[in-house]
Amino acid sequence: MNSGKRQKQRKVLLMGKSGAGKSSMRSIVFSNYVAKDVRRLGATIDVEHSNIKFMGNLMLNLWDCGGQDGFMENYLTHQREHVFSNVAVLIFVFDVESREFQSDLVDYSYIVQALGECSPQAKIFCLIHKMDLVTARLRLPLFEERIEFIRGSSEGFKDSVDFFATSIWDQSLYKAWTQIIYYLIPNASTIESLLQQLAEVIDARELILYERTTCLMVTHVTRGLEGQNPFTDRFERISSILKTHKQSMARHTGIPAGSANFAEMQIKTSRFMFFITRLTENTNLAASIPPSEQVFNAARVNILLARHRFAELDISNKPRAGLSHA
Amino acid sequence: TGRVPNSKAGDGKPRLLLMGQRRSGKSSISGVVFHKLPPAETLYIETTIRVKKESMHSFMDFQIWDFPGHLDYFDPAFDVDKIFDEIGALIWVIDAQDEYLDAINRLNATILNLQNSYPNINIEVFVHKVDGLSEDYKMDTFRDIIQRVQDELSDAGYENAPVSFYQTSIYDHSIFEAFSKVIQKLIPQLPTLESLLNSLCANCRIEKAYLFDVLSKIYIATDTSPTDIGSYEICSDYIDVVVDIGEIYGWERPNENGESESEIEETGGTDCESLITMERKGNNYLYLKEINKYLALVCLMGDDSPAEKKALIDYNVGVFQKALSQVFPFSNGTNATTT
Ligand SMILES: Nc1nc2c(ncn2[C@@H]2O[C@H](COP(=O)(O)OP(=O)(O)OP(=O)(O)O)[C@@H](O)[C@H]2O)c(=O)[nH]1
Ligand SMILES: Nc1nc2c(ncn2[C@@H]2O[C@H](COP(=O)(O)OP(=O)(O)O)[C@@H](O)[C@H]2O)c(=O)[nH]1
Ligand SMILES: [Mg+2]
Repeated sequence: MNSGKRQKQRKVLLMGKSGAGKSSMRSIVFSNYVAKDVRRLGATIDVEHSNIKFMGNLMLNLWDCGGQDGFMENYLTHQREHVFSNVAVLIFVFDVESREFQSDLVDYSYIVQALGECSPQAKIFCLIHKMDLVTARLRLPLFEERIEFIRGSSEGFKDSVDFFATSIWDQSLYKAWTQIIYYLIPNASTIESLLQQLAEVIDARELILYERTTCLMVTHVTRGLEGQNPFTDRFERISSILKTHKQSMARHTGIPAGSANFAEMQIKTSRFMFFITRLTENTNLAASIPPSEQVFNAARVNILLARHRFAELDISNKPRAGLSHA
Repeated sequence: TGRVPNSKAGDGKPRLLLMGQRRSGKSSISGVVFHKLPPAETLYIETTIRVKKESMHSFMDFQIWDFPGHLDYFDPAFDVDKIFDEIGALIWVIDAQDEYLDAINRLNATILNLQNSYPNINIEVFVHKVDGLSEDYKMDTFRDIIQRVQDELSDAGYENAPVSFYQTSIYDHSIFEAFSKVIQKLIPQLPTLESLLNSLCANCRIEKAYLFDVLSKIYIATDTSPTDIGSYEICSDYIDVVVDIGEIYGWERPNENGESESEIEETGGTDCESLITMERKGNNYLYLKEINKYLALVCLMGDDSPAEKKALIDYNVGVFQKALSQVFPFSNGTNATTT
């Protein structure tokens, strides 16, 4: 009642032809499946809803919309209002291997049209999916070709659609979803400036904030030379590493993957020191710092002290200020 | 226990021979274990036509010879001594998803042929591709194969042949576990390593400790408490985490030397070290320490391992590392290469 903040519900539609891979990616990103588990999934009947709490007062309200023709038609007719109103983001998944790209495009354009009517402010992300099935050399040209066609069918949203090439078999999935989440987080800049301050205090080379369940990056701060780190895909790579590790821990401990959490992981080498630790209820903080025990220890203490300031931004924190886990 | 190779001639590197029927999975095994080939990509491996010899330079140097399935090694055209004189182990791969009677016949013929001239060869039978089989069928097949081999050998008058059996698949950790056991038999220092690991475990209340070859993720020794594949899996996955993050942040920074040399001294060591503590109890859960260029110690801590024990671990691992460098003189070759 007296909670000063309200959760921000954001409705996200996940659509595309049946078999395109929607439920697969949802299960991997949000339900701790690994890529090879998704073969167990059946076709989605009608709409499956899931709610996911995120950092920064964000409550993701994901609609995984079964893609079989009957359902599609239903969304566009009887349920048009219900499905397409109040949408913040539409994620449309194209199967890159689809033999009926033209018909996929037609479906897409109907959906874009409905969205334009009911939620003209919505943002569209198109994922060209199952890229692993395409020879590496042909991926980029094919991706660009598809973008051209899809853009042409995006009446009303032409300039604002974002495109990603994805596969459940590599970190490209995390790259796309990271961007989507970032778009949805209401107070990203507040979080970022707080993170920037922290990075300076502890002299970190890099700080990365990860959501705990999905291991998706919320945001990051990179300082000095680390900006030249040749691994530009490292944020999503670490997402993927953390996710896999979680599975491995869950298998071994028998704790469900959702709660198989480490309190801290540290890695010390002569070139860098790294640790990842719990920051708030819903987030982990990864820090890369210079190879020095002193900096390392000071950084850990300072992060402990900074926790409550981040917790204030965190969704499920009760408005009791200064709650710390120390 | 370790055995020295049969002959002093040649280059003295233990040799692992991979033999078996065509399409039984030999090249896939060698690709997955020694070249990090993703299992799904083995579908594209072409049939091996000639013997493929590879040298692995690691904590110890050894060779892997991948044989084409159809080859008759005892054909007079082949120099049998050239094949078997340096041998460490003969790995015979049987496809458990296929008809295996022919494979067993050839295996037995080979064992009998080797019996007189090379009685010291370890014969390791991999009952392979068990991933596709139901639990029951898998056990039945495994027992059946063991039974047939043993029966036929003793019918032929060869009792207690040095044959071991493993169930393997490239789609899980079983192939690495099996290779680990095969290789351990070739390490003369194994008993010493085991007792060092035993005392480390006892001193630090460690549940399970493995000495890993980081590159191949074969473990060359573990303490003598019972092993289960689960402990191996989590330790092996943990190496991936540390190696991957190590790669991401271990990139060579410009003028790094000027900046950080003093700091390295301050940390007291240059070996990579990693620790994971768990959420509920705050206990240490996994620990990894780089021992030298090739080897890493990976420990699974018990539930009762309190965080304050870190100092104790540091001390005992230091002792372990020193002892190890005495029993195990390491060659300073380069990382894995193929010839
Ligand atoms: N090669 C490859 N296969 C994928 C990928 N993503 C999903 N798949 C496969 O695609 C098939 C269909 O996946 P689903 O996620 O059930 O498809 P969906 O879009 O939810 O289908 P509906 O629920 O009927 O709309 C499964 O067999 C997945 O294994 C990918 O990135 N690469
Ligand atoms: N299901 C399954 N298939 C495997 C396994 N190992 C290898 N294969 C497959 O068996 C086939 C033959 O493998 P290959 O290594 O070329 O056999 P080789 O002729 O003995 O070298 C390939 O299609 C592999 O993908 C396994 O553990 N499980
Ligand atoms: Mg589905």
